[in-house]
Amino acid sequence: MSLTLADVEKIANLARLELTEAEKKQYLEQLSAILHYAERLNELDLTDIPPTSHAIAQQNIMRPDVAEPSLPMEDLLHNAPQQKENQFVVQAVLDDGGSA
Amino acid sequence: MEYALRVALALNCTINHHNIFARKNYFYPDLPKGYQISQYELPLGVNGWLDVELESGETKRIGIRRVHMEEDTGKLTHQDDGTSLVDYNRAGVPLLEIVTEPDIRSGEEARAYAMKVRQILRYLGVNSGDMEKGVLRVEPNISIRPVGTAKFGTRTELKNLNSFRVLADGTAFEIARQTAVLQSGGTVIQETRGWHEGRRETFSQRTKEEAEDYRYFPEPDLPPLHLDDAFVEQVRASLPELPDTKIARYMAEYELSEYDARVLAEERLVGEWFDTAVSKANAAGTTPKSVANWMINELFRLMNEAKLNIDAIQVTPTALVELIGLVEKQTINNNTAKEVLAEMFATGTAPAQIVESKGLAQISDNTAIQAIIDQVLADNPEQVSRYLEGQDKLRGFFVGQVMRQTKGKANPALVNQLLDAALNA
Repeated sequence: MSLTLADVEKIANLARLELTEAEKKQYLEQLSAILHYAERLNELDLTDIPPTSHAIAQQNIMRPDVAEPSLPMEDLLHNAPQQKENQFVVQAVLDDGGSA
Repeated sequence: MEYALRVALALNCTINHHNIFARKNYFYPDLPKGYQISQYELPLGVNGWLDVELESGETKRIGIRRVHMEEDTGKLTHQDDGTSLVDYNRAGVPLLEIVTEPDIRSGEEARAYAMKVRQILRYLGVNSGDMEKGVLRVEPNISIRPVGTAKFGTRTELKNLNSFRVLADGTAFEIARQTAVLQSGGTVIQETRGWHEGRRETFSQRTKEEAEDYRYFPEPDLPPLHLDDAFVEQVRASLPELPDTKIARYMAEYELSEYDARVLAEERLVGEWFDTAVSKANAAGTTPKSVANWMINELFRLMNEAKLNIDAIQVTPTALVELIGLVEKQTINNNTAKEVLAEMFATGTAPAQIVESKGLAQISDNTAIQAIIDQVLADNPEQVSRYLEGQDKLRGFFVGQVMRQTKGKANPALVNQLLDAALNA
């Protein structure tokens, strides 16, 4: 299975990446090569093999449900480009229909 | 996870023993790491149901499609200047999502369903149910369709509804808005809408510009969770008696009215208080029905006046049944008992002690009461002759006089009996 340039553009958009035309072409080739490699699995008869969700055979790894101290707020907000009322400030992501 | 299992079991779900977590990938400022850990293909619980009592008195079964665990996101507060504030304190905190089947038909049904879910969550001890604090959030997905058709229309989702009333009103508004849009030849856009309390209407918050593409894949950092039968059954056995079962039991075993049963089962702590009291009722010489009456009519009134919940009052279940026992044994009469209860409520003193120290014990001594009646009749010859001429209402006057002489302590049944005998002699 080969990807198209439109597939690469969609993936880039979902990942919030801005690519040059040269980069798109490069990733088109690389991603297609990865898919080709994975396609080799199709050569095997996997009829009775359950789907694998994890590469390691572990399950039920638990830890005690104990509250621990949090990081200090100053440290957490240290790298925020903008902050206000001890919160991160971001550009509005939705139209709230005007002020109350 | 154990809390989630409790909820899934209480909502009559089939439990998936093999659980895997998935990454749901999207960019939005409420999630700093770019994906949310959720459950996708194998939610913890599926195909459950909940019976909900509607305002009409009918009971309606609402299907529960799935109950799954995920993580909460940050809280966004939108400001007027084109920016939003993000509070990440709750980001990453485990969250339980309960998804219904499309069985709910109105804002009122949505409210009744949500209130029932909250009651169960509180019974299970997994959530305080405080919508204003955002620990319980209800996000109705609403669509309409022409009568008689099977296919659902395009849906909108309402968010940021901070009370049950707003849930009902917002849902009703949205049904009316979509109806108007379709009737005027328009189309409903799939979007998230909020509720504007000032204008009392919904407004568009986020339009889904393109089909969502969350690219779910198994969360590599969290290994699968396998819940074996023994564990599931252990959690099932630890569930408290739930409201519907409690109500049915109160009605069947204690012959309570449905109303009384519902009042007592409304909150788990009240129900448990009642259960404890009932367990001691027999020994104290009283009945569950009397305990229920005393709680609903007297104890709850005192609690309301003092604005106290049942876990904060000084009266214990044992003390209440002792008090009722004193009434049943005719040590004190009903009115005296109400005063004693008020004193117990205020000070936590045992009822017998209050009766003793205040000399409230009822006079059930025939001779003593007879003497007082004789005195009352002798002191009021005019009333006696008017009574004998047919003014029946004066009977109450004589009872009142006897009660006054005994400071309300005379056994009313005995007073009535002896008074009738004296007047008709």
